[in-house]
Formats: sequence, C-alpha cells, structure tokens
Amino acid sequence: MSGGESMHDAFASKILRPAGQVVLYGAFAAFIGVFSAWPRYHQLRDDQALIKLSFTHPGQLKSDCRRRTPEELAKLAPNMRAPMECARERSPVDVELALDGQVIARRVVPPSGLSKDGASTVYERFVVRAGDHELAVKLSDSVRVTGFNYTKEQRVRLDPGRILIVDFNAEKGGILIQ
Amino acid sequence: MRTWAQAFGCRLTQVNSAWNTAAYYGSCAVTRWMTDPMFETLRLFALSRLQAVEAWFDGMFGARCNPWRHLGALGFLLFWIVVATGVYLYAVLDTSVEGVYQSIEQLAREQWYLGGLIRSLHRYASDAFMAVMLLHVVKELIYGRFHGFRWFSWISGIPLLWLALFAGIVGFWLVWDQLAQFSAIASMEWLDWLGMFAEPLVRNFLRAESVNDRFFSLLVFLHIGLPLLLLLGLWIHIQRVARPDTRTAPALTWGTLLALLALSLSLPVQSMAPADLAIAPRELPVDWFYLAPNALMYQWSPAVLWFVAGAVTLLLVTLPWMPRRKPQPVAQVDPANCNGCGRCYVDCPYSAVTMRERTDSRKYARIAVVDGDLCASCGICAGSCPSSTPFRSIAELVSGIDMPQLPIGQLRSRLKCSIARLKGEVKIVVFGCDRAADVRTLQRPDTAALSLMCSGQLPPAFVEYALRQGADGVMVTGCSECDCAYRLGNTWTHERLLREREPHLRRTVASTELRVLWAGSRDQALVSTELDTFRDELDKRKRGELPPHERGRIYA
Repeated sequence: MSGGESMHDAFASKILRPAGQVVLYGAFAAFIGVFSAWPRYHQLRDDQALIKLSFTHPGQLKSDCRRRTPEELAKLAPNMRAPMECARERSPVDVELALDGQVIARRVVPPSGLSKDGASTVYERFVVRAGDHELAVKLSDSVRVTGFNYTKEQRVRLDPGRILIVDFNAEKGGILIQ
Repeated sequence: MRTWAQAFGCRLTQVNSAWNTAAYYGSCAVTRWMTDPMFETLRLFALSRLQAVEAWFDGMFGARCNPWRHLGALGFLLFWIVVATGVYLYAVLDTSVEGVYQSIEQLAREQWYLGGLIRSLHRYASDAFMAVMLLHVVKELIYGRFHGFRWFSWISGIPLLWLALFAGIVGFWLVWDQLAQFSAIASMEWLDWLGMFAEPLVRNFLRAESVNDRFFSLLVFLHIGLPLLLLLGLWIHIQRVARPDTRTAPALTWGTLLALLALSLSLPVQSMAPADLAIAPRELPVDWFYLAPNALMYQWSPAVLWFVAGAVTLLLVTLPWMPRRKPQPVAQVDPANCNGCGRCYVDCPYSAVTMRERTDSRKYARIAVVDGDLCASCGICAGSCPSSTPFRSIAELVSGIDMPQLPIGQLRSRLKCSIARLKGEVKIVVFGCDRAADVRTLQRPDTAALSLMCSGQLPPAFVEYALRQGADGVMVTGCSECDCAYRLGNTWTHERLLREREPHLRRTVASTELRVLWAGSRDQALVSTELDTFRDELDKRKRGELPPHERGRIYA
C-alpha cells in the first residue's frame, strides 16, 4: 500500500467521515424540523369565515295517542290491554339555512334509534365569505305542521376566521345564532 | 337484512357497502399487482437503489452505526427519548381547562433551557419516531420481508402505526392552542363520518363551555395509555426474532440525540395562540408527521380519507398472503445424530428451534425440535451443529439438524469432487451465500465455488477439510456486515472463524490460508478483486516470496 493511499485513508477516516456524519445528522434534523411545521396549511382564506349548523333535537311525535277500540283490546293479552296506544316514532327535523336570500343548505334529518324515537342530529360546516350577511334559518320538527314552525332571521357580521354557530334548543327559544 | 340496515341507519350501510366493495376490488387489484412481473421489476429496482444508499451510508457511518441498517433499533431509541421527556412534561402539566395552555407556555418561556428544551425534544423525537417507523415499513416492503415465516412480525407491526399516530395526535391536543383546536375538531369530524355515535363528537367543541377539565384528564389518560399499548405492541412485534435489534450502537445513539438537541435549541417548539372555539385559525403550522390526516380530510373528504386509510391498511394486512415463490423446505432434525447440545436453538435467528425432553432410548436429555412455520430455511442451524463436521468417518454423513435441499453430506461430497477437479498452481475454494455476491461467477479451473443458503450454514470444519483435501486457501464470503438476509448468519460465521463461538475453527488452520470478505450482491467486483489478491499471496507463499503460514489478517 502506498504512502499516498494511507494519507488518503487517514484523511477520509479522520476528516471526511466525521464531517459527512455531521452533515447527514444535520440533514436528518433539518428534515424533521422542516416538516414539523411546514408547509403551512391554510384552513380558510383571509376573507372567509365559517358557519356551523349543528343541533341535537328530538322531533315531535309523528302521531298522537289514540284510544284502542274494544275489538283491538280484546285481541291483546289481558295484561297488555292499555286503553291508549302511543306511537314512539318521531318526526324528522327539516332545516333550511339561507344566506343573503340564497339557500345554502336544506336538510331533512331522520330521528335516530331502532324505533326512530331518538333525537335528530346534524353537524355541518359551511365556508362563507366574511362580512355582513342576512342569515335566515327555518326549522320544522313535526310532520303534522305545514311549513316551518321555527324561523329566525338575523343580520350577522362575520369577521374573517369567525365561527358562527347555528344551534337549536326548544327550551331556550328555538333557533340560536351565536 | 333490511331491518338490520334500517336499524343501524343508512350511513352504516353505506360504510359497509363501500368497505366491502373496496375490500373486494382492493384485494383483486393487489393480487394482480403482486403477481404482475412489473411489481417485481419495480421492487427490484427500488431494492437496488436502496442498497446503493445503504452501501453509501456504510462508507460514511460504518455498518454498525448506519441508521438505515438499524431503523428498528432507532425507533426504540426515539420511543425511549419520547417517554423520558414525557415524564418531565407530565410533572408540570396542569390539566385544568384554564391552566393547561399556560402551564406548557410557562415551561417553554420561563424555563427554556430545560423545560422548553425537553418540550422540543419530546416533539421532535416523536416526529422522528413516526418518520423512522414509516421508513422501516418501506424498507421491509422493498426487501420483500413480509412473506412466510415473517408474517407475524409484519402483521403485528401494522397496529403500531395506528397506535403511534393516535398517541401523537392526542399529544398535540394537550397543548390546547389553535393547532390543537384544529386537530381536535378535524379528528372528531372524521370519526363522526362513521355515524357510530348517538351525538356527533364534534359538538363537544362547538363552544368554549363544552370543554372542561375532565377532557384534559381524559387526554392525559390516553396520552399515557396509548404509548403503553404501543410498548406492548412493540414487545409482541419482536417476539419471533431471536436477539432483536433494539439497541443502537453508542455512536448512533449520541449522534441522533445530539442532532435532536441541536434542532430543539435552534428551532424551539412554540405554541400558537390559545384555543378559541369562536375563531377558526386560518394558517396553521401543521406537523405533517402526525396531523397530515387532519389537513388531508379537508382537502379530500372524510369518506375519501377513510377509504385511503382503510385501503392502505388492507393492502399491508394482505401482503403476507399474496402469491410468491414456492417456500423452501425447512430444517429437519435427525434424532439419531442430535445430542441435544442446544447450539442450533441458541443460533437460530427466528426462534424456530426449541429443545424438548427426549422420549427415545438415547442417553441425551434433550432433542431439538423445529417449528416449520417459523423456519426461514437459512441453514444456520446446520452450520452450528457439532455433528456437521466433515471429518466424521461414518459412510453417510448425516447431521443432527440439516437442510433437505443441501444436506451437509451432499456439501462434503460436492466439495471433495470440486477440489479433485481443480487444476493449477494455486487451488482455492470459495464458500459463498445465495443472498450475497454470486460466487459461482468466480469458478475457474483453479477455483471451486460453492454457494450456500447462508454463510451461517458453513460449519467451520469445512475450511480445514478443504485444506486437507488439497486446497491451498479458502475464501469465505457472505452478506455485508449488519445486512445478513437471515439477520445473524454472517455474525455467527465471523465469530466461529475467529474462534469466539462454537463450533469454532481449529487452530491448525493458519490465518494466511483463510480469507473472509463480507460483501453484498452489489459488491461482485470487490469479491473478485479480493480473490485475485488472495490468489497472488498464496502463489507468493508457495514460491517462497512470502513466509508460509504467516499470522496476518483474516478479514479483508
């Protein structure tokens, strides 16, 4: 082995390899550092805001209780002869959301549960232009009512990035815009 | 069926239908893809590129400290860094809704030299852990290490990816800044798409008053519980490999730790503004190692993200059962020749050999038993068996444990015949490995080349036997250091030839008569050059230009 090769080997093992290792460890750290925060994700543009339509509300019963006829009662077992029959099924909740006169959502939300006697639940998000808007929400929770039995119209100011919640709570006056 | 579908809602039916359709078409596509020669061509191309990268890193770090060769061990190292730093962070975390953000912020600002550093290290080590896990999966995929006896390690690794992802995402929520808010809402919206919950989970994040102290207690429980499950999963993952590579070499440990420390100091992790559920943060510094699914869900849709996640998982799960080459015969024990010494049990890289109590009339207490489902057909057990010596005088050489496709007796016959046919001044025998540089190309009138299933299949006594049969020198070659196709074959042979492991090479063999070179399939030229050098040296020794039997280097 020549002296030149030995010097080359020594240079490689004492200078090049450690330097290369530093560079490669640095590249690894840079890779981790960069992709832990970059590229940035833009959820909304600067002129956009969010409207979230969300509620959990049990619709009204689909039908009233009715009195059983004597013939119907006779067909039942003696211990099951309740005079009134009350159906458990609830009405779907019909909701409409309009912004500046334009309907942006119309949903008919079925009741949950095996017997369709649970609450109707909805969650939806709408990306809209920020600024002043005329918001109109209509909701019907009974199939026995024609049209909507709850309505609310409100002028809202949506700053960029603002989240507006449209909720429903019958005990708190119906449609809530927050 | 109709009642069932109605009962559980239309959404569930859609999910089921989509899943079944995806599973059917997915498995068909995967089967076609895997059986397609195009896939194999692509895999081999990727393998050659990967091996080039590994070889380059070998030159820079050395095989023992090459991160590409120890991705699993590196994953363990990063996991322990995350655990150690997490313990400190847990001690200072206030799990109240008012205090959680402030406690982390205070730590990062007022104690930047310790608390802040530890927080950054916790985050970056977690990121590196995910990156290393993914690289580990891709590497094993490219090497085709998911079939046959490897199925258990492959399958048990898949849940670890999900567990690591969930544990990491929950960790981001614990800071409860705007990024946490984004991730929590996006994750809940994704889960809600399944329609499994009576009330959408995301409604818990509609208003500030919906989030309470119990939420953060739950997060702490999950952020400790999920990593514990992950640790259990890691333990299961390595159960079928003997001597798993779970500890990095000191240089690799320190290098990784210093790199992460330098990153933590130069780019400390900072929180965004506190979460405000009335405001949607517009621009987010998303951590792509963990929060990519959150961002992708809005780019695609929850359904598409579920489909992609399900399809990738399904693909990974079905890979071990895809068509492949016919499996090789597994090791067989010959009770008449097994003395129950247990060397094969100790040396088997996949714990396929166990020792059981003998029930026959032989005087030995134990006998080796091979589990065919775990056997890799590498032959390392045959190389470790003391009865595999070619010097035994019995008419038919039968080893205590052997490979039906290349029994020790057949190897001795081939060696004897090959040496008898050699012509020339210097006669050399080369023992190679089917998975490393192809030694058959070295065959010449004065050189006999025998390729084994693994270099670990070579009983050291064959080196001495070859010399006694008339060879002037023996060259042993196999996979590169830390790159044995069967994990430990080259390591065991290395130690046996150095007389550090049983069965060892006897001292009657001079070091100058043996040349050992660990070289992968890419190093064909290197093996050829080394053989020429060895031949020259042997020639000079014969002609008296070099002293005979000089104690010199064993390994090239």
